[in-house]
Amino acid sequence: MKKVEFTAEPVSSSASPLKYDAELCIGCNRCAYVCQCDILLPSEKKGEHPVVMYPGECYYCGACVMVCPRPGAIRLVHPLMNRAKFVPAL
Amino acid sequence: MKTTEYKWPYDNEMDQEETIESDVLVLGGGLSGCFAAVAAARKGLTVTVVEKGAVEKSGAAGTGFDHWESACTNPCSGVTPEEIAEAYVREQDWYSNGIAHYIECREGYDRLLDIEAFGGKIRDTENQFAGAEFRDEKTKLMFAYDYKNKFTIRVWGSTFKPALAKEMKRLGIRIMEHTEATGLILAEEQGKKRGAGAFGMDVHTGKFYTFRAKTTVLAMSRPARVWLFDPDMTGLCEFRPLQSIGSGHAMGWRAGIEFTMMEKSVRAEFSAAGRSFPPYGAGNNHNTWYAATMVDARGVEIPYVDRDGRELKTVSERYYPVPGQKFFLKGGVIDNPKYEYRGPETLDFETLMERGYQLPFYADLSRMPQDERRVIWGMMVGEEAKTKIPIYQNYTERGFDPEKHMLQSYGTGWQSASFLEQERQFFGAPGGLMHDWDLKTNVDGIYAAGDQLYASDCAGFACATGYYAGRKAADYAGTAVLPEIRKEDAEAEKQRLYAPLYVEREDGTGWRELNMAIAKAMQNYCGGVKCEALLKEGLDLLKSFEREIVPKLCASNPHELMRTHEVLDILTVAELVLYASLERKASSVPLCFARSDHPHMEREEEKRHIVIRQEEGIVKTRDVPLDFFGNLREEYEKRNQDYIGGGI
Repeated sequence: MKKVEFTAEPVSSSASPLKYDAELCIGCNRCAYVCQCDILLPSEKKGEHPVVMYPGECYYCGACVMVCPRPGAIRLVHPLMNRAKFVPAL
Repeated sequence: MKTTEYKWPYDNEMDQEETIESDVLVLGGGLSGCFAAVAAARKGLTVTVVEKGAVEKSGAAGTGFDHWESACTNPCSGVTPEEIAEAYVREQDWYSNGIAHYIECREGYDRLLDIEAFGGKIRDTENQFAGAEFRDEKTKLMFAYDYKNKFTIRVWGSTFKPALAKEMKRLGIRIMEHTEATGLILAEEQGKKRGAGAFGMDVHTGKFYTFRAKTTVLAMSRPARVWLFDPDMTGLCEFRPLQSIGSGHAMGWRAGIEFTMMEKSVRAEFSAAGRSFPPYGAGNNHNTWYAATMVDARGVEIPYVDRDGRELKTVSERYYPVPGQKFFLKGGVIDNPKYEYRGPETLDFETLMERGYQLPFYADLSRMPQDERRVIWGMMVGEEAKTKIPIYQNYTERGFDPEKHMLQSYGTGWQSASFLEQERQFFGAPGGLMHDWDLKTNVDGIYAAGDQLYASDCAGFACATGYYAGRKAADYAGTAVLPEIRKEDAEAEKQRLYAPLYVEREDGTGWRELNMAIAKAMQNYCGGVKCEALLKEGLDLLKSFEREIVPKLCASNPHELMRTHEVLDILTVAELVLYASLERKASSVPLCFARSDHPHMEREEEKRHIVIRQEEGIVKTRDVPLDFFGNLREEYEKRNQDYIGGGI
């Protein structure tokens, strides 16, 4: 098919499912590779964490965190409305 | 206003195409697809798997699962495959996949042993639960639900997909990751249609693929996002992964494959974009959390009762059938079984309210015996998909300690929410592809497995049917010639797939808007109570979307293109559901199907499979008796002597 230039821009969502720690992340892009919803796009800069381009499409499975070789480099955060409550047992 | 535009990080290969040939083509790299591929590879055939994500973590069980059901042949089992398969058939009032369920009951445990051989963990090798009531000391297998009959095994499912991925590579299976399968290719041989492979697209680069094969196994799970949609948190609007929306059903319908029970849907049980909380993340005593102790706001324990309403005194009793009952059924698909198979449960919500129990309720693991507490929180919650990070790790970081805290329950049951009748889902055992004892569809050379099959089940079902379909497909491929394909079919598919890239953004419609419209249409025209006039208006509306909106869909990159293709498939599935609903002119409890224009409950002669397909746009149906599969054991053994004798 005749080539068309591909562009991407972040699609905003009321939730921010993933938080990267830029200090800990080594930019291996394993998270981007395994994300079955394909919400992460590798950064233009080598060694930098991926861009969360489609946060609204996150399925909150945590696969990205499971494959990350640096604990803490990526964190999964539930939308505020979905944080189930727990209280001291009676 | 400045918008941040990113340079597409992958190569642009939309002007490239490649043809790949194999003996067996597997579409979908979830549990069933991976096992189909393993079976065919073991038989010495060349295999290609097409997976939209990465096999190591893809599919509903991508991040794990916890309970391997219907493992009737495991060494500790007190039930036979026939007993459980026949029980499911009776429980589901014969609107049941006897064939596939029997395969699961008969061969499922063999697949579990396969996974162990591949490196997955299926037993308590580290003795973390030594001495527990649910653990067998000799085999170290751990059991869930019915501790007497021991036919559901607690497993470390987070190890399974990685183990399968490793084995597939070892077997030399070609794995096409980040590739969507978009359409089946058909050839004609002696006046009959047969499968010739599938088309696909790389979702990162846009490259076009023609996958030619002698046989094809459809393993793309079940549809979703037909009634439920949220444009903001789309990833949370359904239970299964976002991208798993029934492409196999859509491409199957377009190719003239037969379906059954597609008129069946249930009132939604799960949508975390709306009323629900993360799966397994709210207090409950169902499934993964069985048999958690539940308490009310005052800390008063909510009673468990047996099937006769007798209150249980101990935690242990929750895991045993009552005297006179051989076994009980519990698990993912079985919600509230018939008396014969009903196991212990907490008192129903209405009774609790009458008796003055106070909301909110909580799951209180702190009151449970240590082994039960540790197996629920840390093993079941931890190994089940979407729990290790989102629930176990996340809640632990928030300070949750099952020995000190109780987790709030929402709604009136495990679902954590109550939905409207018009908000529907394909939960439980819905419709799907019709098939025979080879798991072959009506099109020669095309097989199906896992959640693609009608009235399907859980992970054990996916693995068992995947392997079975793979070996049957391999046997056929061994005798077949690679069919010729027509160039014009590839050209037509390319036009269809890439069209949105050429639509100007200002004039175009996004995939979200169309999905939202389809979902609202289905809620309006195919809701809890159906009737002919509404169903026909619904079809009319969806057809207008096809004519007027589809040509305006726009996408800027392969990711958006993939999302757009998914919505095209959702549109096809929605139409299929409407057609199937129109055909059943009776109401049916097992099918969760109510018609205001045919309110009578189906008479004896109306209880049947209405098998549906389309041929050049004309919908055709035929009736199949519910017991078409015959005597499960006899029919299975007739056709699988090679396997029974130790073959692959």
